[in-house]
Amino acid sequence: MSQAATEIVRISGHAGAVPGAGLNREYQVCKLVDTTTCIGCKACEVACLEWNGYTFSETTFDNTYQTMPETSWNYWNLIKFNEHEREDGSMMLLMRKDQCMHCEDPGCLAACPADGAIVQYANGIVDFQEQHCIGCGYCITGCPFNIPKFSPAAHKVFKCTLCSDRVSQGLEPACIKACPTGCLHFGTKPEMKELAETRAQQLREHSGYPDAGVYDPPGVGGTHVIYVLHDAKNPERYGGLPKDPHIPVSVQLWKHPLKWLGNLALVGGVFGLAWHYMRYGQKKEEHLPPDDGRRV
Amino acid sequence: MSTHAVSRSTAAGQNDEMIPRYTLGERVNHWIAALAYAYLLITGLAFWSPYLFWLAAIVGGGAVARFWHPWLGLIFSLSMFWMFGEWRCDMQADDSDCVWFKNIRYYIQNEDDKLPPVGRFNYGQKLFFWGMFYSVILLLLSGVALWYTEALPWSLRYVRYAAILIHASVALITIGLFMIHVYMSVFLEEGSLRAMIHGAVTRAWAWTFHRKWYEAVSGVSRSKQ
Repeated sequence: MSQAATEIVRISGHAGAVPGAGLNREYQVCKLVDTTTCIGCKACEVACLEWNGYTFSETTFDNTYQTMPETSWNYWNLIKFNEHEREDGSMMLLMRKDQCMHCEDPGCLAACPADGAIVQYANGIVDFQEQHCIGCGYCITGCPFNIPKFSPAAHKVFKCTLCSDRVSQGLEPACIKACPTGCLHFGTKPEMKELAETRAQQLREHSGYPDAGVYDPPGVGGTHVIYVLHDAKNPERYGGLPKDPHIPVSVQLWKHPLKWLGNLALVGGVFGLAWHYMRYGQKKEEHLPPDDGRRV
Repeated sequence: MSTHAVSRSTAAGQNDEMIPRYTLGERVNHWIAALAYAYLLITGLAFWSPYLFWLAAIVGGGAVARFWHPWLGLIFSLSMFWMFGEWRCDMQADDSDCVWFKNIRYYIQNEDDKLPPVGRFNYGQKLFFWGMFYSVILLLLSGVALWYTEALPWSLRYVRYAAILIHASVALITIGLFMIHVYMSVFLEEGSLRAMIHGAVTRAWAWTFHRKWYEAVSGVSRSKQ
């Protein structure tokens, strides 16, 4: 992403072609989370907190490995632990690193009314610009993944940045850096997609997971965080990963047909009333009561 | 209805005689509602469209607007409920309202003499009142869900989905009602704005626009004299 600004396409007084110009650079970044090799160590959570300057949040105990129910405004990255019973009765622990999915078609951005509070970079990262956030919480409504979280102290909403600050400097996100099993990968979208598909195929053909697949939901135009799942047919099992996420229908109705209908009605109303005034004029108190003047 | 009785004749003569129409309480409450609505309109439109987001700058920026919008909504709601208590009876539709509504084209064409005589409020005013009243209930319910939207758990996200759509749709309806209300009182009907500021109307005004009401209040006055 940062390199895009310094990539040379024309050179003055230069004989011949521009070296390197016209190469099809891929700027779209992607994080790949392979849930099948995650051990739930939470190193990614700690790395996230460290890099972003937050302290560890208080944990809650609910008889499972789950340390807290969901991400929060100062805890952007959380492993969701789900105990799943296989058909033969044996237990399987499904672990999914939950964070912002960085949708290609972000619902938070569509719902946001504040100028510049949410931006999408050319590399696909969807970033909140808190200095422009007004704290209305519409992004919470627009998100199909339950990611934006409101800070009662700041009256603003926060979420994972996919380490946009690190990525802009050519570094990989902090969580990737910390993963000890290599279940987290970071690269360009096509590269990650290919790696994920290869892994899913391996799981299907050699590891006894016939339903293994890649989670890159088309309902939100694909995401810049993709998962390899043992059972891609039931993503809900992985801590409520939606099967077919999309921007909520009511948000779409609100931002498209209602907006144009409403604007048309408002402008039409003003013109309609002005027309009425010019056509019919004022209502005047012309009539005097018949007993007027006759009364004592 | 004693507060709406015809006032005593002034030295200036019968034609200058004013009839009290709105009590001080009614007027103060009306203008509280009006100011609150103006704020809600400005800030609401700012949240409605990016092309109107600049409106938020008038009241101190988006974050300030977001903070006060719900509070002013609460004030507007309370004011509306006070009106409900005060005007509920006067706002009930009667049989002549049906005839009035069937002939609403005469009202639109300013041929009011072709309409049946109306009481304290005509059917249009009643529709405006009830439209605003039920809208306020919907706006308040959906507004609370949007005020503390983060407090709703993920399992109740459908409340958020419904609230966002209801709040915007109903707000648009109230803007339509508001535009007609302001147009009629400020521009169309001579003497209406004066009535809501000073509280009184001329006898001619009452006779022209609210004849049944005029007859009722002047009748009370006659029996007193």
